[in-house]
Amino acid sequence: MSGMLAIYQRELLILRKRLFRQLASMSVSPLLYLVAFGLGMGRGVSVGGHSYLEFLIPGLVAMNSMMQSFAIASEINIARFYWHIFEEIQAAPIRNISYITGEVLAGITRALFSVALIILIAVLSGVSLSYNIYFWFAVVLNSFVFASLAVGLAMLVKSHSDQALLTNFFITPMAFLGGTFFPVDKMPEWAQYILYFLPLTHASKAIRAAALGDPPTFSSYLLLASLGTVLFVLAFHCVNRARE
Amino acid sequence: MIRFENLRKRYKQVEALKGVSLRVNEGELFAYLGPNGSGKTTTIKILTGLAAASEGDAWLNGFHIERESIQAKRQCGVAPQSINLDNELTVRENLDFHGKLFEMPRRERVQRIHELLEYVEIADRINSAAKALSGGMRRRVMIARALMHSPRILFLDEPTVGLDPAIRRRIWSLVKKIQQSGTTIFLTTHYIEEAEFLADRVAFLDEGRIVALDTPQNLMEAMGAWALDRVRDGGMETFYFRDREEAQKHIAEYQAGFSLRRINLEDVFISLTGKKVIT
Repeated sequence: MSGMLAIYQRELLILRKRLFRQLASMSVSPLLYLVAFGLGMGRGVSVGGHSYLEFLIPGLVAMNSMMQSFAIASEINIARFYWHIFEEIQAAPIRNISYITGEVLAGITRALFSVALIILIAVLSGVSLSYNIYFWFAVVLNSFVFASLAVGLAMLVKSHSDQALLTNFFITPMAFLGGTFFPVDKMPEWAQYILYFLPLTHASKAIRAAALGDPPTFSSYLLLASLGTVLFVLAFHCVNRARE
Repeated sequence: MIRFENLRKRYKQVEALKGVSLRVNEGELFAYLGPNGSGKTTTIKILTGLAAASEGDAWLNGFHIERESIQAKRQCGVAPQSINLDNELTVRENLDFHGKLFEMPRRERVQRIHELLEYVEIADRINSAAKALSGGMRRRVMIARALMHSPRILFLDEPTVGLDPAIRRRIWSLVKKIQQSGTTIFLTTHYIEEAEFLADRVAFLDEGRIVALDTPQNLMEAMGAWALDRVRDGGMETFYFRDREEAQKHIAEYQAGFSLRRINLEDVFISLTGKKVIT
């Protein structure tokens, strides 16, 4: 428990030291998407009886919570490959489960920060959505999935550039295809079938339903929770394998 | 006490350690010497939990490093070869993080940080970012951090690499001071004079095997007392002598291009392996 707290507090300390830079960087992409797709392209467009901005903002919440929780992989890699701090952690009497839990919690915290920023932007844009318990639960589950994935992959990659490659091939396409900018059910059936396998599709669906006051989609919650648990267990094995 | 038996480590095609066994006594300052790539760092990585041995067993103060890894890790502090301070954190925060990893209560951490920074003579930089420190200061902070949880065993992997001679000597006195407090020290270095000055016993490692193990004095005495270096045909040859008079008889044969000096540990290593220690 104290090992987990040590790892988590270290990440928070680093986040606090870079707070201004982090907040600026976290708000750039949602702001750009909001201006380009929401205010520019989406003016006058409605999706399922809601304005495009109301549709877009929950999608941006899903996308940004995914990206920020996954970004913990970069922090781990910097600690592993450049600063060698991972060696300090490996030599400490803490269990791997404590290490993973600390890092995953840090990933979730980063994601929550970024979501708070998007909500602020939404409020300033005059968009009113419901930020109820289902909304936050879906955000946490989505972040849990991608933070666990991040920890596992960070242990498998051999260099920081490998990590960038994984982001370019998996995370960026998912950000665009996982129901962030358009409703997945408007896609051809074969495409819907493929997109159904993306965790972000389910996260967008759950977050959007909660934000728009629709009934919660329990299957999405269940799927995210199960996938998150599987990825967490896999991350545990990856940390074990990270030893030389 | 550190004990390992038949320690082997294979990396794909390369066997970095080929069945090494050793026992380091409590309170001893033990130097583990060898050229780069001889297996020194691999041994430390295995003993401190950073790498898994392919074969063999090891114990730190009686705790098996795999079967009782948590207890074994509590016994030791590590200052690795590469600087691994968290650059964004201050000196205090780096030490505090280490204390938290070792479950030290807050009050004890605060007290210990001040004590240790005084001890390594860097107390005035407590709030400096690690990245703002010089190489020698960073090394001292790393040693302080390794001592944070009061370990009974300290692993120092090349603690003076890349430092200028004055700073290196300052680190040496710090290492001696730590040993005097009763800590067992396992030191790897390829600076031969470092081992000669500091160590109670040394082991020479070559290509993953221990090729000699004794006190520096015994190893040197076994070779003689004086060494005569002579430049010949563009190369250098060295002769060893029991006493100075015997060496001087040889000198009488040469006109120039020679030097007479005391035998050192490097002579022992070269005679054992045919290699220079510093590569």
